[in-house]
Amino acid sequence: MTTSATQFQIDADRTTADEPRRAAVRSALGNYKVARDKTESAFASWQHARDAAAAIKYEGVNHLDHYLKEFEEKFTARGGKVFWASNGAQARDYILNLARERRVKSIVKSKAMTSEEIHLNDALEKDGYHVVESDLGEFIQQLKGEAPYHFVFPCMHLKREEIGALFQRKLGSEKTDSPEELTMIARRALRQHYLNADMGISGGNFIVAETGMISITENEGNARLATALPKIHVALVGIEKVVPRLADLALLLPMLATAGTGQQLTCYNSMYGGPRQPGEIDGPEEFHVVLLDNHRTRLLADAEQRDALHCIRCGACLNVCPIFKNIGGHSYGTTYQGPIGSVITPHFRGLQDWKHLSGASSLCGACTEACPVKIDIHHHLLQNRRNAVAEKKVWWERWLWAGFRELMKRPWAYQMAIRLAPLGQVFHPLVLGTSLDPVEPWTKTRDFPEAATKPFHDWWRDRKGVRK
Amino acid sequence: MSHSNSSPSGDREAVLSRIAEALREEAPRHYETLEKPASNSVTAAFREWLPAVGKTRKDQIALFTKQSGNLKTEFAECTSATAAAKEIAALAKKFKWKNIALHTNELVESIADKLPEKLGTLKVDDGYEKSALEACDAAITGCEALVAQTGSVCVTGASSGGRALSVLPPHHIVIAQKAQVVADLPAAFELLAQKYKRGYPSFISFITGPSRTGDIERILVLGAHGPKKLTVLLLP
Amino acid sequence: MRVTLFIPCFIDSLYPKVAMSIVQILERLGHEVIYPEGQTCCGQPPFNSGYWDEARDVAARQISVFRDAEVVVSASGSCGAMFKKFYLELFHGRPQEAEAKALSAKTYEFSEFLVEKLGVKDVGARFDGKVTFHDGCHGLRELGTKAAPRELLRAVKGLELVEMGEAESCCGFGGMFAVKYPQISTAMAEVKCNSIIDAGVEYVVSNDSSCLMQIQGYLSRHSPRVIKSLHLAEVLVQQ
Repeated sequence: MTTSATQFQIDADRTTADEPRRAAVRSALGNYKVARDKTESAFASWQHARDAAAAIKYEGVNHLDHYLKEFEEKFTARGGKVFWASNGAQARDYILNLARERRVKSIVKSKAMTSEEIHLNDALEKDGYHVVESDLGEFIQQLKGEAPYHFVFPCMHLKREEIGALFQRKLGSEKTDSPEELTMIARRALRQHYLNADMGISGGNFIVAETGMISITENEGNARLATALPKIHVALVGIEKVVPRLADLALLLPMLATAGTGQQLTCYNSMYGGPRQPGEIDGPEEFHVVLLDNHRTRLLADAEQRDALHCIRCGACLNVCPIFKNIGGHSYGTTYQGPIGSVITPHFRGLQDWKHLSGASSLCGACTEACPVKIDIHHHLLQNRRNAVAEKKVWWERWLWAGFRELMKRPWAYQMAIRLAPLGQVFHPLVLGTSLDPVEPWTKTRDFPEAATKPFHDWWRDRKGVRK
Repeated sequence: MSHSNSSPSGDREAVLSRIAEALREEAPRHYETLEKPASNSVTAAFREWLPAVGKTRKDQIALFTKQSGNLKTEFAECTSATAAAKEIAALAKKFKWKNIALHTNELVESIADKLPEKLGTLKVDDGYEKSALEACDAAITGCEALVAQTGSVCVTGASSGGRALSVLPPHHIVIAQKAQVVADLPAAFELLAQKYKRGYPSFISFITGPSRTGDIERILVLGAHGPKKLTVLLLP
Repeated sequence: MRVTLFIPCFIDSLYPKVAMSIVQILERLGHEVIYPEGQTCCGQPPFNSGYWDEARDVAARQISVFRDAEVVVSASGSCGAMFKKFYLELFHGRPQEAEAKALSAKTYEFSEFLVEKLGVKDVGARFDGKVTFHDGCHGLRELGTKAAPRELLRAVKGLELVEMGEAESCCGFGGMFAVKYPQISTAMAEVKCNSIIDAGVEYVVSNDSSCLMQIQGYLSRHSPRVIKSLHLAEVLVQQ
């Protein structure tokens, strides 16, 4: 059975060779950079704003039990229901039972990465429910039978012609590759679902403790529709999404938009504080919030990396990551892609099985620089590497680094090794490019520099001699 | 492993105790602790770093106008309810509207009264058929505030006829008054906190332009699912 | 000033001219250059691979080699970052913590040393050519080096400095990453080098030789025209 690490290499081989796909992603993210730089520069101080945002999330996550209890108290006081799920199975079962008990027939979903994480759609469909993703990018990926490529831009890798052909095939629509027309096709296709659905399932960007609200950010309006019309609203939210106060959103919402898409503010930022209240015109009769742990408490317990739970899922780290840009979202083989995904997935799904995501990075630090809440992302990748080794050393690496250590502790041996290098290079051409070539992974695509015949320390020694 | 339906709230105690246990060790901070300004208001601190907004209402309206241009929100200042009704009647004629939806609101109703009689109206307050609302060409609502900094319209279920009215019909028209213009997001949240001391509406939303998506090749398209057009009319 | 040089292993063996250039530049500016011959490696390779015990042993030795230095100048941004930042983590709560802190406080990356410490922007160099500068990630993001190399290059007579679109993008070296994930590393080199080629330059300059090894390795194999890579010191030494 291929391990996820091996599969990763196989996928990376394929995607790094896919020049048109890489170019499409680069172009999309180039536009993002221009927009983001402009919006960021309008801030009186983006760097101070990051400190303030980081402080809010630090407060929320480091008093998580207190704030979750406060949220529950305020939310249930208004008729909301809170279900605490230790794992994906409990969350799935709760939602399935609810749908069954309420005789739900049709479900409309707005974007929720947590639902990807626990494979909710599969479970609902197995139970016979028709589930429709309403976010355009998710809708497209659902038709294609693919997972989202990026958790903010689910189909950024697709060209309009591909989407047009997909719609023709799956929806029987007219041939077109105009983004405007394709969007209208999706809009029309989804209209009836909003009107007919008896349950709307959403995620949540923030859990507001002070006022017992769930805040949802979107551009399209599909979440608003999915939570306005159906009788039942279920929000599946990670426990870490807590913010202490409603007013904290005055800072976090613009930062989420700026870092995520380069917008000053996303089109719709809505706060939901319960089901329809007495005297209100409309709204769901029931509002259930499923709080999902699913290994988040494990990450919480790792104090060094706890700030990875501050993540507001803006996607900025993906957008600037050269690894992501070259291998694409699907190569990660897991729900959360990019740098933050590479940090948290080993915690959520097993360190030894997923440490390769933390290994596949040059540690350039662009992610940490981009993060609006100052998560120390690239250092966490390094820490995951250390933790993986502390748990279990890789046999040949153990010998390699032990040998390296012994060599580097002996200047005479180190200097001799360097003196021998040019000699090694004389013989290198004999094995160059073959399986015997020790630097084949390098020489396959790049030239190797020539070792200097006189290393620096010899030059220095000789010069000292002359000067004496 | 899976079934905990014994408790209606699920694994509450287990989750909370794992959290408490996890938090026993303090986590390092990767941010600078900034000095809070004298007022000690949470939101006053944010103002220092968010984009600057002018101090006078005139400046703020000018900024809101500029933002609307960028967002493709149609923004117009009207001298009176009659003038506003004229604007809307013109839209109705241009786009051949048959039905518009609205809610109980003094200002909205005073404008709606002046609209051509042949324009059908649906008032949502006493309940509505979803399909009837879907069939409406436009919706007219009030709002809580206009936010100059971002060009946003703040609505709640209480100020704007519920949750669906301002998002289902393809054209959303907002009626606002000058006194409702606020400088920035912090001010909007302060306004809501003051007004709804005794309990917030269950739905609050900040609307920033017509509905949009960039999901296809990052090309901006308006009217993804929410209204394709947003018109804001500002009365004195 | 008595300046102690920290010359990373790969510069010692593969790019000795870089180190020689640094010596010449500092001596021209009137400083005494010291090179502790017992230095070997900063420990970055095992450190980045997660083998921190092994890295610590190597690093501990390195710290003692530089104990008596007044000021330490690193020829590389990434190895400089080991001294300046990562040693603090490696030795946190351990006996050598104080020494590590002392070393960190007195270590400078080469361009930062000239501009920030010595206040020198013009070293009297002359170099005819169209040049673009590649920001090595460790120097840029761990040490905050951005303006200093450019100020030095702008003062060089005859040199035309051009910014490339992808100046701050990682070249893809990343140490063992370059051979553990060669396909990703090469893809990153391709993006970087295409940007260099598009900038229309004859030379790409950096303050990190490991980046230059990656960039030159790719350019030599794939570039349609000859572009040479040079360390900042190799440019500044020209007269």
